[in-house]
Amino acid sequence: MFQQLYPLIPQSVILRSDEEVRPYECDGLSVYTERPGVVIIPNTLEEVKTIIRFCHTYQIPLVTRGAGTSLSGGALPRKDGILLSLAKFNRIIKIDPINRTARLEPGVRNLAITQAVTQYGLYYAPDPSSQIACTIGGNVAENAGGVHCLKYGLTVHNILELKVLTIEGDWLTIGSQAWDTPGYDLLALITGSEGLLGVIMEVTVKLLPKPEQTCVLLAAFHKVTMASVAVANIIAAGIIPAGLEMMDNAAIQAAEDFVRVGYPVKAAAILLCELDGHRDEIDKQLKQVSTLLESAGAYEIRLAQNEQQRLQFWAGRKAAFPAVGRISPDYYCMDGTIPRRHLSEVLQRISELSQQYGLAVANVFHAGDGNLHPLILFDANRKGELQRAEEFGGKILELCVEVGGTITGEHGVGIEKLNQMCIQFNTAELTQFHGIKSAFDSAGLLNPGKAIPTLHRCAELGAMHVHHGQLRLPELERF
Amino acid sequence: MAYPLIGSRFDMSSDISAQLQESVQTAMTQSVPLKIVGGQSKAFYGRAMEGQILSIAGHQGIISYEPSELVITARAGTPLQEISQTLAAQGQCLAFDPPHFGETATWGGTIACGLSGPARPYQGAARDFVLGVKCLNGKGEILRFGGQVMKNVAGYDVSRLMVGALGTLGVLLEISCKVLPLPAEEITLVKPMTSEKEALAQMIFWGNQTVPLTASCFDGEKLLFRLGGIAIQPAQQKIPAEVWNEGNLFWIELREQRLPFFTAAGPPLWRLSVPPTTPPLELSEEKQLIEWGGALRWLRSDLPAETIRAIVAQVGGHATLFRGGDRTSEVFHPLANELEKLHRRLKEQFDPRLILNPRRMAMNW
Ligand SMILES: Cc1cc2nc3c(=O)[nH]c(=O)nc-3n(C[C@H](O)[C@H](O)[C@H](O)COP(=O)(O)OP(=O)(O)OC[C@H]3O[C@@H](n4cnc5c(N)ncnc54)[C@H](O)[C@@H]3O)c2cc1C
Repeated sequence: MFQQLYPLIPQSVILRSDEEVRPYECDGLSVYTERPGVVIIPNTLEEVKTIIRFCHTYQIPLVTRGAGTSLSGGALPRKDGILLSLAKFNRIIKIDPINRTARLEPGVRNLAITQAVTQYGLYYAPDPSSQIACTIGGNVAENAGGVHCLKYGLTVHNILELKVLTIEGDWLTIGSQAWDTPGYDLLALITGSEGLLGVIMEVTVKLLPKPEQTCVLLAAFHKVTMASVAVANIIAAGIIPAGLEMMDNAAIQAAEDFVRVGYPVKAAAILLCELDGHRDEIDKQLKQVSTLLESAGAYEIRLAQNEQQRLQFWAGRKAAFPAVGRISPDYYCMDGTIPRRHLSEVLQRISELSQQYGLAVANVFHAGDGNLHPLILFDANRKGELQRAEEFGGKILELCVEVGGTITGEHGVGIEKLNQMCIQFNTAELTQFHGIKSAFDSAGLLNPGKAIPTLHRCAELGAMHVHHGQLRLPELERF
Repeated sequence: MAYPLIGSRFDMSSDISAQLQESVQTAMTQSVPLKIVGGQSKAFYGRAMEGQILSIAGHQGIISYEPSELVITARAGTPLQEISQTLAAQGQCLAFDPPHFGETATWGGTIACGLSGPARPYQGAARDFVLGVKCLNGKGEILRFGGQVMKNVAGYDVSRLMVGALGTLGVLLEISCKVLPLPAEEITLVKPMTSEKEALAQMIFWGNQTVPLTASCFDGEKLLFRLGGIAIQPAQQKIPAEVWNEGNLFWIELREQRLPFFTAAGPPLWRLSVPPTTPPLELSEEKQLIEWGGALRWLRSDLPAETIRAIVAQVGGHATLFRGGDRTSEVFHPLANELEKLHRRLKEQFDPRLILNPRRMAMNW
């Protein structure tokens, strides 16, 4: 199928054997795997153009891959397609400290940006927990967020210009080095489009001056509800912390066992609240926040006394996912976002569902944005547990939609949340999404089967819901 | 705490979406072009066009406002003034500082035009704050995209796509937007200055420091900065300039284009959007006013559009014929061919009969 392509590009960029392609069979959501038809890791823009022209001519599916850290199966390859890895495009093209921008190839790692510009007193704000590995191309494709997005915005708020190759081979300049551009906001449309509209080949990001000072408070609570109230009260008081994160007891214990940073292991929940700015501003806000935390019922409030302690407070949070990975053979990370006022109610319902499904949950999340990350613990080797975990996860997402939220705040729909898309959007809305896709890629060659479910799938799912009870009859499980 | 419902503003009778839907459906079956109007405050903006009037002004009301959530949702015909006042009463604001251009300005018109005020480079643009929309596409279908939460990556970001689309992709019915606390303190600093080069250098310099700038302007006679936030005094003392106590009025007059630069009779008004560090443009004999830390340059000029656009394009910017001049020409900077092609296709996907504000944005669609 790919024979005509091979003579057109150097052999060294093609991976074909089972052994070579195995690492590309899945992304960060490893429960879905597929053997890619072929993996290509090009070195030059010309090679990428050749591959795209080939796909367009022979109608071959093309899946773009950054670092493969997607948690929604966005970079899952296809048997009948090409997996295009942009790993070699990892050059920082230009840093402009005066305009405070950096032009990057798509494979530059998120953390490498801040590392490269720190000498100018600058940094790149969006900081997904996967930042040591994930690429800026993948960040744009997923509209990635991070701990500091509460104050500094998501990827969409921190980029200026993209260079994108369409499946037709057009080279688009989207956005510009100015603050706005004529026409439609295609910059926003491409951001978060999960590789379905084009291949992002260059990204210009905005950089920020490093704040004069940064400090972190850690507050411990006897009840999750109290911590939720504290979150709402801080925001309502007109304070936008640089980060406001919550961990529940299961997450606290797992993190503490792993990194030993002295977290209060008896607490039902902790909040980490980071404030940044200049000294007087921080002094004033620190007092305000401490009072608010106390009045919400915090039984202990710690202020990081120095940079080392600040990093320690964060170390537990940042290591939370791998920490949970140590206590459970598998975990399944959800990503719903809800209006903050429903935090305690939704956390309560999740814990009820946890009992109902017999699967434990650890919560560690971006509380300030209402972006939940319940980690469902399971063992894929135990019969039926994966299926139960997925069903439980689906229920959590439906709950998020029910309270006025969304099924995904930052991880994307990928292959994973297609069914929940049928719940969040109706037929006309999904049809409009497919219309947008066809304006860019009428043959549907770019990352097919991801992000937007077919109407057919949703119709079948609707029919299935009716029979739900029957499908879950215990006798059926033996088949 | 939910916002208390006061008076008839929240009466369901102000929801005319069913009527609007019917009008669009009828227009679609008969292929009648529609001219979508709110309060007509920005009627001057964009290309001149003809069409049957579809008035949104009656579709009014703040649907929800939860100060602790930092989100407001309102119908498109709601007066912008009402939104600003409602927010101010709770100590909050639209941080992108939108120009009203008249008392009749509506919420929908504000978002459809996507214009942002002097705070834009420091706090973000209209598109940065929009979280969700409910709209009517050109087939007369009511669609919802995005929502009321801060982070949402389910489906393509159609809400932001609508910002600045001038109603050509859909009739906005409701818009949810993130709001922010009003700055606790605000102060204007002023320094006499006549050199454009020096003013630009100062804007860039202070923009790169950690001082809480929320606006900047150079009008040919003086350089002005606005600082806003908590405990701003130390930052203020760093900048060698005088405090101007009546300064806050200046920023409103700037935003509303009521300064003499804008109101004086004379050549058309051009809006030049350029990378902030662009040196003085080769348009020096023409009258200019600079804001956005150097990234936005207003120009009064009779020079041909091609001349202005060539100069601006050379530095990576674009030029809009903002007010006056030939409104039947391409008032927005023409797009590169492959982008033009995509715009046209997107337009057709949202509005297959090309009935929504046709040609308001570009001559061909
Ligand atoms: C431990 C862990 C923690 C995480 N924490 C966060 C977090 O805090 N916040 C957050 O937002 N995410 C988080 N993620 C998810 C993930 O890291 C992000 O979605 C990231 O943006 C993916 O980048 P990537 O380079 O790995 O992309 P990939 O996984 O390779 O690809 C992701 C998607 O983008 C597409 N894509 C990639 N590059 C391009 C390109 N150049 N052009 C077009 N399409 C492209 C792919 O086709 C795919 O659909 C986490 C993941 C892990 C494993």
